[in-house]
Amino acid sequence: MSPLLEACEVTHCFGGLCAVNRFSLRLEPGELVGLIGPNGAGKTTVFNLVTGVYRATRGSIRLNGTELVGRDPHRITALGIARTFQNIRLFKDLTVLDNVRIAHYAAMRYSPFEAVLRAGRYRAEERRVLQRSRELLAEFGLEACADEPAASLPYGQQRRLEIVRALATEPRLLLLDEPAAGMNPNEIGRLMDFIRQIRQSHALTILLIEHQMKLVMGLCERIQVLDFGATIAGGTPAEIQRHPKVLEAYLGVEEGA
Amino acid sequence: MNPCRSISAWLVASPIRGAALPGLVLAGAVLALGIPRYGWVNPYIQMVLVYIGINIILAGSLNLVNGYMGEFSVGHAGFMAVGAYTASVLTFKVFHLAGASWLFPVAIVAGGLAAAVCGLLVAIPSFRTRGDYLAIVTLAFLMIVKSVIENTSYVEGASGLFGMKRLTTLPWVYFWMVVTLWVIRNFIYSKYGRGMLAIREDELAADLMGVRTRRVKILVFMLSSFFAGVAGGLYAHYLQYISPRSFDILKSTDILIMVYLGGVASLGGSILGATLYQVLLEVLRPSTFNEAFQWLPAPLFQWLSDHVFNQLDIWRMLIMPLLLILVMLYRPRGILGLREWPLLVPERDRPGKRPSAGKGGGA
Repeated sequence: MSPLLEACEVTHCFGGLCAVNRFSLRLEPGELVGLIGPNGAGKTTVFNLVTGVYRATRGSIRLNGTELVGRDPHRITALGIARTFQNIRLFKDLTVLDNVRIAHYAAMRYSPFEAVLRAGRYRAEERRVLQRSRELLAEFGLEACADEPAASLPYGQQRRLEIVRALATEPRLLLLDEPAAGMNPNEIGRLMDFIRQIRQSHALTILLIEHQMKLVMGLCERIQVLDFGATIAGGTPAEIQRHPKVLEAYLGVEEGA
Repeated sequence: MNPCRSISAWLVASPIRGAALPGLVLAGAVLALGIPRYGWVNPYIQMVLVYIGINIILAGSLNLVNGYMGEFSVGHAGFMAVGAYTASVLTFKVFHLAGASWLFPVAIVAGGLAAAVCGLLVAIPSFRTRGDYLAIVTLAFLMIVKSVIENTSYVEGASGLFGMKRLTTLPWVYFWMVVTLWVIRNFIYSKYGRGMLAIREDELAADLMGVRTRRVKILVFMLSSFFAGVAGGLYAHYLQYISPRSFDILKSTDILIMVYLGGVASLGGSILGATLYQVLLEVLRPSTFNEAFQWLPAPLFQWLSDHVFNQLDIWRMLIMPLLLILVMLYRPRGILGLREWPLLVPERDRPGKRPSAGKGGGA
């Protein structure tokens, strides 16, 4: 089977410091993979490279064989990659509904002239996207607050809305950056069910960054460990838990051991 | 009770809804056609109405960039100048020989298009700079326009261009005002308009949600400057005299006052701001006060008249910016900031239930 995403020897340096160094990753369609590592290991940089926020210094990243390096973020989104952010980045003053409608930008096909003149295609597309957005909100229990500003939602709902907004771009690959940050064990349990559910219902491949080991170990089929921008280990959760290099990176090496 | 809040609450809760819009537009058209023809109001009020109409076009179009997109442009007077000079040259020097005033709309559109091309040029630096830096870029643009005009003898340089026919009439201003508001409203409630709002909120997140941010910025700048150019053409053919000084930084400041007084990211706000601004400008004239306070004891009246009322033209320069500061202090987003007149919201975008009060108030 050909991989959905293939990152090959990707390197990204800020000045002399390489945040990501010869990073490689292969995601098969439908996989749920975790990316873990100590703080500053370069995990979020990997997301930024895949989504086009940064341009890799060297190496290649392909989605279904299409090269992503050098493309603008909105082009990469249109190709089928969506993400959430470590610190929630919703459009705070806009309504919940508009947050989701904005994510349909690439899927709406009408020109500025058609918009300004309220042409038939504009009206049809707007109708379609409004309905689709309301369905998405209803699917995830957010329809009651559709007209509220996103900032007025409770924290957990904001996290959820961010995922819904990402799904609205109709991705094949979803990148989740610390989805469980700030959640208690109960909420983490529900988030795990939620991630399993959207993976099924939206036929997603998921790559997630997370520090909450409960979530990573309980959810991911495969884990890749980063330290100082390089992959130090990869394997199933059980393998990773016993991997000496991982223990070393997380717990440090004992003097004279 | 904060007066701004009362006005805002009253407008947002006003019973006049979208269904009344066609009727209101039609009633306005009847008034705009009837007033000059039958002289329902005196010529002075007619003049004020023309200026209010032009101001609404200016404030509404600037609100796109400064309010909805959250940039800070101070170059609106520059786009206005480009439109004013382009339209004037066309009617005065090109069409003049044909003597055809029916070509006036062509000249106005041409002025708008010329301004839109300049908007395209200003949009390019906005890809990389935001906030203060973009303000400086637009200020530079304003100065370039001014010095280009001053040094072009074809348009009489610094001494200004005069002798255009008075082609701008109340019906024309009304027509262009309606077109401007209609086009801008349709733009706002389209994917491009939502992209523009997303850029204001978080440009990177907008890009990552698929919004073609550069394209949207170009569109917004071009649309905004197009209507500034239209307003410039109307202004030139009403005043029948334009010079580089008519379009300096003070003119830009006036438009900024209208936008921030009425409310950012609100077309209703721009209508309100543009109207309030012009009304205040008219009220703050020596004659108004000299007439209104004649009942005062003669010595006191004389003193006030000499030292205050007759100096109002100067005081006005102080009062307007002061007003802006007060609004910024007590209601930083303006009277109708981030809220819209329900009348101006298309059916599809009206919330299912009424928005709760006080939302989008001061930041």
